[in-house]
Amino acid sequence: MRDPLASKAVALKPSGIRKFFDIVSEMDDVVSLGVGEPDFDTPWVIRDEGIYSLEKGRTFYTSNAGLKQLREEIAKYLHRRFDLSYDPLKEIFVTVGGSEGIDMACRAMLNPGDEVLIPQPCYVSYVPCVAMTGGTVVPIRLKAENQFRLTAGELREAITDRTKLLVLPFPNNPTGAVMEREDLEAIAQVILENDLFVLSDEIYAELTYTGDRHVSIAELPGMAERTILINGFSKAYAMTGWRLGYACGPRKIIEQMVKLHQYCIMCAPTTSQYAAVTALRDCDADVAKMREAYNMRRRYLMHAFEEMGLPCFEPFGAFYVFPCISEFGMSSEEFATRLLQEEHVAVVPGDAFGDSGEGFIRISYAYSIDKLKAALKRIDAFITRLRNERGKETQDQKAAEAKA
Amino acid sequence: MREQILTFLEKNSKIDLKELAVMLGTSEVVVANEISQMEQEHIICGYHTLINWEKTTLEKVTALIEVRVTPQRNQGFERIAERIYNYPEVQSVYLISGGYDLMVILEGKTLREVSAFVSNKLSTLETVISTATHFILKKYKDHGTILQGQEEDERIPVTL
Repeated sequence: MRDPLASKAVALKPSGIRKFFDIVSEMDDVVSLGVGEPDFDTPWVIRDEGIYSLEKGRTFYTSNAGLKQLREEIAKYLHRRFDLSYDPLKEIFVTVGGSEGIDMACRAMLNPGDEVLIPQPCYVSYVPCVAMTGGTVVPIRLKAENQFRLTAGELREAITDRTKLLVLPFPNNPTGAVMEREDLEAIAQVILENDLFVLSDEIYAELTYTGDRHVSIAELPGMAERTILINGFSKAYAMTGWRLGYACGPRKIIEQMVKLHQYCIMCAPTTSQYAAVTALRDCDADVAKMREAYNMRRRYLMHAFEEMGLPCFEPFGAFYVFPCISEFGMSSEEFATRLLQEEHVAVVPGDAFGDSGEGFIRISYAYSIDKLKAALKRIDAFITRLRNERGKETQDQKAAEAKA
Repeated sequence: MREQILTFLEKNSKIDLKELAVMLGTSEVVVANEISQMEQEHIICGYHTLINWEKTTLEKVTALIEVRVTPQRNQGFERIAERIYNYPEVQSVYLISGGYDLMVILEGKTLREVSAFVSNKLSTLETVISTATHFILKKYKDHGTILQGQEEDERIPVTL
C-alpha cells in the first residue's frame, strides 16, 4: 500500500503533554494545576441565552462570517474596552475558537518560504499552523530577565528579507507575561520599518492585573492595517466548550480568511453565537468578578513561591505562573514527572511551549484557593525533599573528594 | 478595599487574615484594622456558619410568614417589627413592598411549635391584621451556596 499520510502532517511534533496525560489518567488522587481553561462555569445568563436559542429552534447555519448582530456587538465591545474600530460587516468574522482564527490567518497570509517570527514560550498551535502552509517558523527566545516580554532588539535580530509575519501572543500562555503600551510602541516601530504583519493573539485580553487595561497593538498608529487580531469567548467568559472566537483585521485579509472559513467550517456554532451576544452585552460585571478572583489567586501563588524560595517573575496576565526550577538540576519534564509520581501534582513542563521554556514549569491558577493550597503543600514537600537530596549529594561529593 | 474584604468574608469568614492580606496585595495589619473598624460600625454584624440541617438528625422546621399589619402613628412599622423580632425563634424580619408588610422567617422544632407561635403570639399582636404561613420543604440554595450535590471538576486535567 502507498503511504496514506502527508509528510507535513507526520513531521509535526506531537503535543508535549501526552505522556502526562497518560500518567494522570491512571491516578485517582491527582491534584492538577495543569489546565488551560477557567474553573468558573459560564455565567448563567449566557447559558440561559443558549438554551433559549435552542428552544426557539435557532438551529440553522448562520451567515459564514457569523451573526450580524454578534459581529456588531463585537465591534462595540472592542471599541468600548480597547479603543479599537472595526467595521462589523467587512473587518470582523466569527470563528470556532481563537484557534481557528490563527489557522485561517496563517493560511490566508503565508506563502511557502515566508518566515514567521514566533516568540517562545508560547501556546502550541502557531508552529503547526505555520508549518502546514509551508512557511518557516523562526522562534524568538524570550527571556525571564525581560519578564518574557518581546523586546524591539530581539525582534530586529530575528528579521530577514523573508520575514513576513510576527505572532504576538500576549497576555501569554504559559508565562503570564503582558506587553504594555511602551513595549508595544517599540515593537510597532520595527514592524513598520520592516513592512511586516502581526498576528496578535489576545485571547487573554480581559485577564490582566497591572491595574491598566490590556493594550492591543492594533490600537497604535498605522498598526490596524497590518494586524490580525484574534480574540474569543473562552477565557474571559469561561466559554471554552462553546468553541467561539473571532478575528478582526483589514478587509483585504479578512475577506480571504472568510473564504477559507466558508469552505472548511461553514460557520461557527449557532447556539454559541446567540449566547455570545448576551456575553458581550450583559457580562462585564461577571468578567470583572472572575478577573478579581484570578488576581487574588495570583497574588497568593506568588507569595507562596516566595516563601518556598522558588524563583518566579511576577506575571500580570492570563491565569498562569511560570516558576523556574533549574536549581534542581533536572529538566522540566523530569521535574514535572517526578512531581506527578511522587506527590500526585500535575503541572505542565515549560518546554512543552518551546525550547526556551526549558527550566520552567507552568502552573495554572484556574483553581479554587483551597485546591491551590492543597497542591502548594505537596509542591513544598517535594522541593524540600529535592533540596535535601541535592544537599546530601554535594556533601557526599565533598567527602569523596576529601578522601581522594 | 472594604468591598473586596466583605465580598471575600461573606463567603469565607474562616479565612486566615494573613492569607487574605496576601490575596488583596496588602498587609495583615491593614486588613485586620479594616475588619475591626467595620465590626465597630456594624457593617460586619456577625460571623455565622451555613449549615445544611437536613443532613443532621436534628429536626427543624422553617416557615416564611407573610404578615399584614397596621402601621402606627409616628412609628410606622418600627415598633411592630421590634415586637416581632424580639422573639428568639424569629430568624429574620424584613419590611416588604407589595401585598403584605413584613416577612418573618421562623425556625421551630416542629410544625406544631411554629403553628403555636403564629396563632398564640404573632396573630394576637394588636396591629397584626393577618398572616399567611409557608413551610419550607427543601432548601436548594441558601446564602448563595448550592446545598444539593457536590460539584466535580469535569475538566480534562491537563490541557495546553
